[in-house]
Amino acid sequence: MSVGKIFKFHDDLDTDQIIASQYLLLPTIDEMKVHTFESLEPEFPKEVRPGDFVVGGENFGCGSSREQAPRVLKALGVQAVVAKSFARIFYRNAINIGLPVIVCKELPDAVDSGDEMDLSLTEGTAAAKGHTYPCTKLPPYMQRILNQGGLIASLNKEEV
Amino acid sequence: MGMTIAEKIIALAAGADKVKAGDIHTVTLDRMMSNDGTTHLTVDMYHNQLKHPRIADPKKMVFIVDHNVPSDSPKTAASQKKMRDFAREHDIDFWEGQGVCHQIMMEHYVCPGELIFGADSHTCTYGALGAFGTGVGCTDLLYGMVTGTSWVLVPETVKFHLTGKLPQGVYPRDLMLTIIGTIGASGANYQVMEFCGDGVQTLSVNDRMVLCNLAVEAGAKTAVFEADEIALAWLEERGRKPKAVFKSDEDAVYAGEYTFDLSKIQPVAAKPDFVDHVVPAKEVCGVKIDEAFLGSCNNGRIDELRVGAAIVKDRRVSDHVRFLVVPASNEVYLQAMEEGLIDIFMKSGAIIMNPNCSVCWGSCQGVIGEHEVLISTGTRNFKGRAGHPSSKVYLASAATVAASAVRGEICTADML
Repeated sequence: MSVGKIFKFHDDLDTDQIIASQYLLLPTIDEMKVHTFESLEPEFPKEVRPGDFVVGGENFGCGSSREQAPRVLKALGVQAVVAKSFARIFYRNAINIGLPVIVCKELPDAVDSGDEMDLSLTEGTAAAKGHTYPCTKLPPYMQRILNQGGLIASLNKEEV
Repeated sequence: MGMTIAEKIIALAAGADKVKAGDIHTVTLDRMMSNDGTTHLTVDMYHNQLKHPRIADPKKMVFIVDHNVPSDSPKTAASQKKMRDFAREHDIDFWEGQGVCHQIMMEHYVCPGELIFGADSHTCTYGALGAFGTGVGCTDLLYGMVTGTSWVLVPETVKFHLTGKLPQGVYPRDLMLTIIGTIGASGANYQVMEFCGDGVQTLSVNDRMVLCNLAVEAGAKTAVFEADEIALAWLEERGRKPKAVFKSDEDAVYAGEYTFDLSKIQPVAAKPDFVDHVVPAKEVCGVKIDEAFLGSCNNGRIDELRVGAAIVKDRRVSDHVRFLVVPASNEVYLQAMEEGLIDIFMKSGAIIMNPNCSVCWGSCQGVIGEHEVLISTGTRNFKGRAGHPSSKVYLASAATVAASAVRGEICTADML
């Protein structure tokens, strides 16, 4: 599963847009996820399919540290978030919960919502519209957390 | 090669003689704070995902209900009960409705030299006392709670050299919004903003909190001031002692340097929908408002309440404006009562709310409707931040907010 449809968002996309404050205290992520991107793309939770991609510009995931933001994306089956750059808390949260976050400087400007994309984490490339773009590799420390399925899975594995 | 304050704090927490930007270290955390924004998820993970659930040191944990308090719905109540029960069961310090989390942390816990994780992005506030506070998600918080440790990528530090003194009627909030407007919403991404220079001597701990608190709006991992005599006197008044007092070395390495002359700063506003859309406040004068908010972890302390009260004294809030005044803590609230500020606000027609995050996070109180406009001393003006996605938020100082509440449209205090 690596080919998916793109949902594209703007620079400085803040986590309030991914999931608004008023839903954060709902008891479960499942109850929250139906409100994902409600302010920008209210149909997103219905339209997104497992394996699809969220593509952003610069500073994706800025603002609030709400971990609900990467979690609702993961719960909806988003395969990875690809952006020119990420805000640090979102980036760290995504890796901690096992959601791949990929820095790719060129692809975001070349694609639109609805385009298909093929991501190869092992090759470190993203391909769309006949072009293949290089992605920045994660530092080994973070790659290991991601490979183990997130920080808690990694902790559990250390505690045999 | 020397180290910056931030590097020294990380080195101490890592048990290392020396660290440098780009290194990854395992650190022992001095304290962890979690609020009702995410703690219900942390508690769920604790019970359902850990192989060996445990808490390394409950004395290092602080749980604070401040976001939706008092509870606004049965579902919120259930999430907060989960947090409350967990805190009681595990003997964790627990605060509810006593103040915004960062204000409580500054009043009761933070000490210079500490490395603190908070499950809230504005944890960077603690740099006002020479501590390293940074915002994390609830998985990081859980890992820290279980192991007492975490991993830290040592960030680069950028120096912000402050000179001179702010003019009359211009506030630290105008300064910090100006800085963010200058460097942009990702201008300090993953970096530490270190404030120094002779201008620092003109800033109280309250003022420094205003600056550090908004550092995350420029993408910073944290912000820090040296714990100088002003900070240490503030700490001593509260009966606390530093863990360590650090200065940056002369030969410390900085990733960049900016200079801001405080005497040149003017009242500014951040326009919707981005904190770095900063313009002179005069440029947005005349915009009709529906609500004004004076409060938040950024700007709800006694200094700002004094500024706001001086402006609304013997005046009336505009008939078509709801003016929400929300002290950042009960301590602030009590002092405001003693000084007669609450009387002034009430007589002006303001609505006084209990200490909490209020409309700054747009979920609990004062949420605004379709196409409504809010002027706010809160932390953010993102699309829909204060309510309906079509509503708009302007950020400004307490003076500009209070003056606008009286006028019914955005104006600066000198225009009343």
